[in-house]
Amino acid sequence: MTLDEFLAAIAALDASSRARVEAADTPAALEAARTELVGRKSGRLTELMHALPGLPPDTRREAGAAVNRLKTALESALDDRRAALAAHAPAAPALDRTMPARREWRGAKHPVTLVVDEIVEIFRELAFTVATGPEAEHDWYNFGALNFPPEHPAMDLHDTLYLAKGALLRTHTSPVQVRTLQSYPPPIRILAPGNAFRRDFFDASHAPVFMQIEGMAVDEGVSFVDLKATLTHFATRFFGKTETRFRPSYFPFTEPSAEMDVRCTICGGSGCPACKGTGWMEILGSGMIHPAVLESAGVDSEKYTGWAFGMGPGRIADLRYGIPDIRFLYDSDVRFLEQFAT
Amino acid sequence: MNASHAWLASLLTVPLSAERMRELITAHCCTVDEMVRLRDDLSGVVIGRVVEAAHHPDSDHLWVTKVDAGGGALLDVVCGAPNVKAGGVYPFAPVGTTLPGGLVLERRKIRGALSNGMLCSARELRLSDDHEGILELETTAAPGTPLLDAIPLGDTRLVIDVTPNRPDLLSHAGLARELAAAVGARMRLPPVPGAPSLARAPAARADSEMQVGGVRVRLEDAEGCPRYMGAVMRGITVGPSPAWLAERIVAVGGRSINNVVDATNYVLHELGQPVHAFDAAKLGGSEIVVRRARAGETIVTLDGVSRTLNADTTAIADHNRAQAVGGVMGGAESEVTPQTTAIFIEVAHFDPVRVRRARRALNLSTDASYRFERHVDIELPPRALARVIEIVAAVAGGHVDGAPGDLYPAPHVPRTVSLRPARVATLLGDAVPQQEIVGLLTPLGFEVEARAGALEVTVPSWRPDVVREVDLVEEVARCRGYDTFSSELRPFRPGTVPESSLETVSRRVRDALVARGLLEARPLPFVKGADIGFVRVANPLSENEAHLRRDLLDTLARRAEYNLARMQRDVRLFEIGAVFLPSADTLPVEELRAALIVMGHRRPAHWTETRPPDFDEWDAKGLAVELASAAYPAAEIALESDADSDWLWSVIVDGTRRGGVRRVPLDAPVWAAPAYGVELTLLTVPSAFVAQPGAARYDATPAVATANHVQYRALPDTPAAEFDLALLVPNDLPAAHVEKVIRGASGELLEQVTLFDEYRGDAVPNGFRSLAWRLTFRHPERTLRDKEVAGRREKLLRTLEGELGVRQRTS
Repeated sequence: MTLDEFLAAIAALDASSRARVEAADTPAALEAARTELVGRKSGRLTELMHALPGLPPDTRREAGAAVNRLKTALESALDDRRAALAAHAPAAPALDRTMPARREWRGAKHPVTLVVDEIVEIFRELAFTVATGPEAEHDWYNFGALNFPPEHPAMDLHDTLYLAKGALLRTHTSPVQVRTLQSYPPPIRILAPGNAFRRDFFDASHAPVFMQIEGMAVDEGVSFVDLKATLTHFATRFFGKTETRFRPSYFPFTEPSAEMDVRCTICGGSGCPACKGTGWMEILGSGMIHPAVLESAGVDSEKYTGWAFGMGPGRIADLRYGIPDIRFLYDSDVRFLEQFAT
Repeated sequence: MNASHAWLASLLTVPLSAERMRELITAHCCTVDEMVRLRDDLSGVVIGRVVEAAHHPDSDHLWVTKVDAGGGALLDVVCGAPNVKAGGVYPFAPVGTTLPGGLVLERRKIRGALSNGMLCSARELRLSDDHEGILELETTAAPGTPLLDAIPLGDTRLVIDVTPNRPDLLSHAGLARELAAAVGARMRLPPVPGAPSLARAPAARADSEMQVGGVRVRLEDAEGCPRYMGAVMRGITVGPSPAWLAERIVAVGGRSINNVVDATNYVLHELGQPVHAFDAAKLGGSEIVVRRARAGETIVTLDGVSRTLNADTTAIADHNRAQAVGGVMGGAESEVTPQTTAIFIEVAHFDPVRVRRARRALNLSTDASYRFERHVDIELPPRALARVIEIVAAVAGGHVDGAPGDLYPAPHVPRTVSLRPARVATLLGDAVPQQEIVGLLTPLGFEVEARAGALEVTVPSWRPDVVREVDLVEEVARCRGYDTFSSELRPFRPGTVPESSLETVSRRVRDALVARGLLEARPLPFVKGADIGFVRVANPLSENEAHLRRDLLDTLARRAEYNLARMQRDVRLFEIGAVFLPSADTLPVEELRAALIVMGHRRPAHWTETRPPDFDEWDAKGLAVELASAAYPAAEIALESDADSDWLWSVIVDGTRRGGVRRVPLDAPVWAAPAYGVELTLLTVPSAFVAQPGAARYDATPAVATANHVQYRALPDTPAAEFDLALLVPNDLPAAHVEKVIRGASGELLEQVTLFDEYRGDAVPNGFRSLAWRLTFRHPERTLRDKEVAGRREKLLRTLEGELGVRQRTS
């Protein structure tokens, strides 16, 4: 091939290729044109480039420059045409952005767990840690060590589910007090959440198993003022701005014993059926740990004093979430539990 | 304990409203559960003032009046009472009021004259039998004021939750003592209406036997009955009680029976002393013997029930048989009847524990047993006997025959307890001056004597609960009022108790499972098990829940069925809780476990995927790994096939089986998806007695579990090379086995092996499956050459064929 023949071929390709590019009216047609003209394997321009080595050596430079000019021109024409096609292409259908999102199942802690976690969180700020004990308990830890007089009406308040002789299902979490006092030296600041059992038939407000949370602080000089202060602090953190009231009560394992009320969360204190018209709601039982309990656990009751409390997160969950019947807490209906997903 | 406001008020020297009493009792003693207005059937009746009264034009005995009932306009009311007159104030029932007995007043015409309500007589209001005319009121209350607010008609019942340690509060006098102390007033017994002034013969005391008004009384069971007093009254007339007595009994929720029985009940409620009256004529041999019941001895009690006694019970017998169950209930044979003319009055002190045993054995709780079980003041009988004689004489007549008797072999010795004011300050946190302590204790009957550094306090006989110093500290605190103590947060030292590992692991597991979309359940742990293999509850609520569960999945399976019954197909529950395994020790073995159950759609339906796939074995296997990793973060976890049991896989933690994965059989409808469960043991809960008290010590620098800490690995900066390997694997050759050989033969540059496909079909011979792995290699410092990768592939295929006879799939 001579230089002239080569340049003629380039001119011919130049003319035909421009028409070919302009004629392409879809991206697919343009891609076909691109392959035909500049495709790496058998494009027409590529073929011309493969022909370069066959030209007389002194003409190759000129021929090469012509091929490169055409290549640049063709690529530019292809780009222009691609842009033109894109500009006129029908828009892809827009997303209907009102369509629902894809979701995963949401997990949830049990509402009683939520309440326990919240309580524990508040007490952790005051340096309490969580202690635990067994649910199947020795009679002695549940009653004897806690100063329950045998054959006394105080026992009637603890309708007990017994196992074997000397063994029972703990009726409260207070046995953890004794186990902890036996195991660790003061100062002690613990919370003990856990299940307690009573021989109560299942109804809207009673269950044979329920969550209780116990708290205890023991050190030299721990007083009733500390009890009031800590529990009032807790009540304010948990219920928001509220008033507390402490009034006498009786538990064999505390002396003095006190119940703590907060302003009724339903009526705010003006009196309603939920608070029996008193404007107050009973939240927890508490008291200074009875010296007999400290002595049972081998703690010097003259040197150390302490306070303790117990409350029922189940009842607080019912109050907080407006659950009308405690059986919902046990039924495990997924539609109920899903409501507490966070 | 039901208390009457009017009754309490009659015992106090200052007036207190029912509301104020509620506040004071709540603040200083115990909870007042309820206040019940007793004449709420009169709540619609108001004060009406007759402004004009004119004769009815068509009647000679009716009046047409204009009544001011506070509503502004005067109301026309027709009245038939002869005593109505202009300016008079009467109870008025407006239209719409329901009168006692149920009559609802309507507007109606009476002989042509419109009447808008009714002026009421005492009988119409059930205040008395008087119906001579309408009830004339002397009140300055404005017309329209509710009648109950204007005149002291409606007594209020206070329902008080007396705690078991305070038997002294189980009477009006006991409550009044507290109220009086709280407000600085005095408590005193009101006079009995119509009581004759009796010459009081002092009671004669003996240890075990004496004559009382012709009845021989013998005390044989002094343990069950440490004090027995009696008196005989003759010439009495049994009949209905006068209104004042009946009202009191009704006000506390009782039923008026007759004047004698009501008098005994009155003393029970007034002083807290149970009293029993026998018909003296019915006492065989004119004899009272206080003795242990004979085993099998029977008695028909006042409620008409024949009861069999045991030897723990104190019987009050005559010459022939038991006539009363001591401290619990009288017998029918010697009951006081309208024919009774002579009574033997028993005022005794029964032992609390013995009464409790008798009450439980007989399953019979009475006002008397309730009080004796809690302890009745042993020094009370003389005053109570005098009081009951006074009332019987007033309401039933008669006289006391001879001197009352008092069998009291071991008289009460008052207890003294010393109280250090410094201890009061330590325990309560605020100092209470010694003078104030004395001032708080004395009105309650404590006698206080100051000694060096301490107060010697003599405890009144009605306070069995006060035995040591701390009990007096409580007295000081509650009498002063808990609200008088400050509630400032004071400095504290941190505690020595480390966080419980049960709590830590529960939290980790809960967070992991909630993050995976599972719902936490807290079901009841009771099951209907078998007597072997399960821990049995000795006194179960029912036979269907007589055992403690020994696994959690069983409980969760029942909860899944509960959801299926409510048409819930998609269930994903978990629980962290205890199971109980029988043991030779006193307590069962208690394990803390976590379990989960999944069933139905793996994710919620979406318009891009109308029917999402259901949970399957592989989800359960993955959840098991996550659960185990959360529970045992530092351990090596393996899931091993468990061909010989119901379990699909065992969860192996550091070489030990801790749980498993299985399909959970359910009682399920046809549309239910299969359910898969995982159960894992977290910890054994220690439950033995603390062996060496004080041995546990908090380590100030607890060992940091370094194994839990992630160690950073350098990010690669060279490219990876990868290839796929599709192998024909016999069905009985486990994939894990093949993978192990792949890993062993690939050299140390192997970065990752992923099984990404299983295929059975046309091109795969019978008895085989095609498994495809993707292998990723990487050299840490340079790019791997194609030849190197190809070489590894060749070597790997040779090894697989040599060791396992496994070849590449070629078609």
